[in-house]
Amino acid sequence: MSTKPIEAVAPDSLARVVFDPSLEARIAELLTRYPTRRAALLPVLWLCQERYGWISAGVIEAVAARLGESPAFVEGVVTFYTMYYTKPPARYVLQVCETLSCAVCGGSELLEHLERRLGVKPGEKTADGLFQLVGVQCLGACGSAPVVQINDDYYENLTPARLDAVLDELARKG
Amino acid sequence: MESILLRARGRADSRTLAAYRSAGGWEGFRKALGSSRDELTKQVIDSELRGRGGAGFPTGRKWTFVPKDHPGPRYLICNADESEPGTFKDRELIEHDPHMVLEGIAIASYAIGANVAYIYIRGEFVRWAAILETAIAEARAAGLLGRDALGSGFDLDIWVHRGAGAYICGEETALIESLEGKRGFPRLKPPFPAVVGVFGKPTVVNNVETLACLPHIVTRGAAWFAGIGRPRNTGPKLFCVSGHVRRPGVVELPLGVTFREIIEEHCGGIRDGRKLRAYFPGGSSAPIMTADQLDVRADFDACAEAGTMLGSGGVIVLDDSTDIVGAAANLAHFYAHESCGQCTPCREGADWAVDILDRIVAGHGRPGDPDTLLRICRFASQGMTICPLGDAFALPISSMVEKFRASFDARIAEATPLPQKKLPVLPWAGSRPGFGS
Repeated sequence: MSTKPIEAVAPDSLARVVFDPSLEARIAELLTRYPTRRAALLPVLWLCQERYGWISAGVIEAVAARLGESPAFVEGVVTFYTMYYTKPPARYVLQVCETLSCAVCGGSELLEHLERRLGVKPGEKTADGLFQLVGVQCLGACGSAPVVQINDDYYENLTPARLDAVLDELARKG
Repeated sequence: MESILLRARGRADSRTLAAYRSAGGWEGFRKALGSSRDELTKQVIDSELRGRGGAGFPTGRKWTFVPKDHPGPRYLICNADESEPGTFKDRELIEHDPHMVLEGIAIASYAIGANVAYIYIRGEFVRWAAILETAIAEARAAGLLGRDALGSGFDLDIWVHRGAGAYICGEETALIESLEGKRGFPRLKPPFPAVVGVFGKPTVVNNVETLACLPHIVTRGAAWFAGIGRPRNTGPKLFCVSGHVRRPGVVELPLGVTFREIIEEHCGGIRDGRKLRAYFPGGSSAPIMTADQLDVRADFDACAEAGTMLGSGGVIVLDDSTDIVGAAANLAHFYAHESCGQCTPCREGADWAVDILDRIVAGHGRPGDPDTLLRICRFASQGMTICPLGDAFALPISSMVEKFRASFDARIAEATPLPQKKLPVLPWAGSRPGFGS
């Protein structure tokens, strides 16, 4: 598995974001799938997160303008869900499942191991901006616990040693 | 039992249209298109198929709630939000047999007269959303979907819609709100989605596994399906077994087998030579069961009789090394995190439960804590909230307190009082006249 790093390219400000033609084309296609523009909000936010790495205030403004919503409405939606990044994330976000099946099958130890190895607490990034540690709720892969999602990819049946090998590989890639 | 829903697991290229077709796939949709909508609905009613998402409501009857004379569009939604702790069956179906899910969607859409169907899949399932997109493109290119599907005159578009991280969106009205581009706040019912659903139109929301049963019911008949399992609890069921078993994973068995059979025969029993302490029969929202309740049958009615729920079929197994108080705290954190915040009993209750359980775990429990937990749970359940998340949090926590009261009491008996925090005193008190010495 070759996990793609996140490139957080949106500026951390209200700086105006202009969708490039390819992104604009994908948004236009999305809009054909729904009878209302608002319904395209989640998928448009996904496209933006893919393109800009995170959902900055400028991205919120641009999405709101494109879909005819107020920025406040869009921000309300963005912050309701856990997966839109409202701050620039590290290149690799390590999402450790903390819910029961994982917790009793080594998930808690995995989280402690990562805290020690990376020297960060859940929610924090490493100083080099490479890794970010996050504790998350059930990832729906309880039969292969413990599970860590790194960016878009699931890593299952982990042990500290296996996870170390994954992290070494990602660190090498950068 | 022969493998029905999981028949493609382990086969090479099982995801492709060619592989699915060579196993007789998409023939059910062809057959369905040749019958009337009423016949099709009757067939599903006769099969006694009950929803696999958790509630166990009869699927055919759910379809009949869609008003027949409604002039405008109507929608089918496939609920692939799979977020109930302990549940991982829909992912397995999509991973190995996405066309079976699509064919089920096509059959249900035809039955209710929907020309557009959405698959609402949880945001984390990026890879499985892509698998579905690929399968849809293949089916469309083969003329199975899109305009004039299979030359029948019936049009059907299926779109994959990814959520963005919210357990609550598995609840059908929250899902509908989310699909409309809003926060996932559940709606008050009635009106039910079959009458006023997504975009204000009649909508049926069915779970992935429910839909995957349809091609088999159509091709092999309602009587065949009803012959599997037990009366009123028919058909094959995917059980997701996780926790302290030797071989965790998804197993397909007829409804009505015992949990003992599932755990001991199909999952290798408890691992590391330990003994069973407790299990959740149907996801973490079902009341917990003790080791002496292992012979309960895994079907909707038997679980209800035993005071629990079959739910989604997520069996979480806990051995005798498990700290039940810690497990209760773990789940309380889950529900506190996932409460949408609309209703006070759920929002505040789950937070209070976290505070109390964390305090007990930290060794500072108080004698009244278990009863306070039970009271909080009572306030959050039995219709005190808009959606069942209140019950989902209250039932496991209260059942753990009730069935393992001794564990809670023992922990509290050896607790030390929480160090008294010095109450913040107004910084200028005492330095001004009239505020003490």
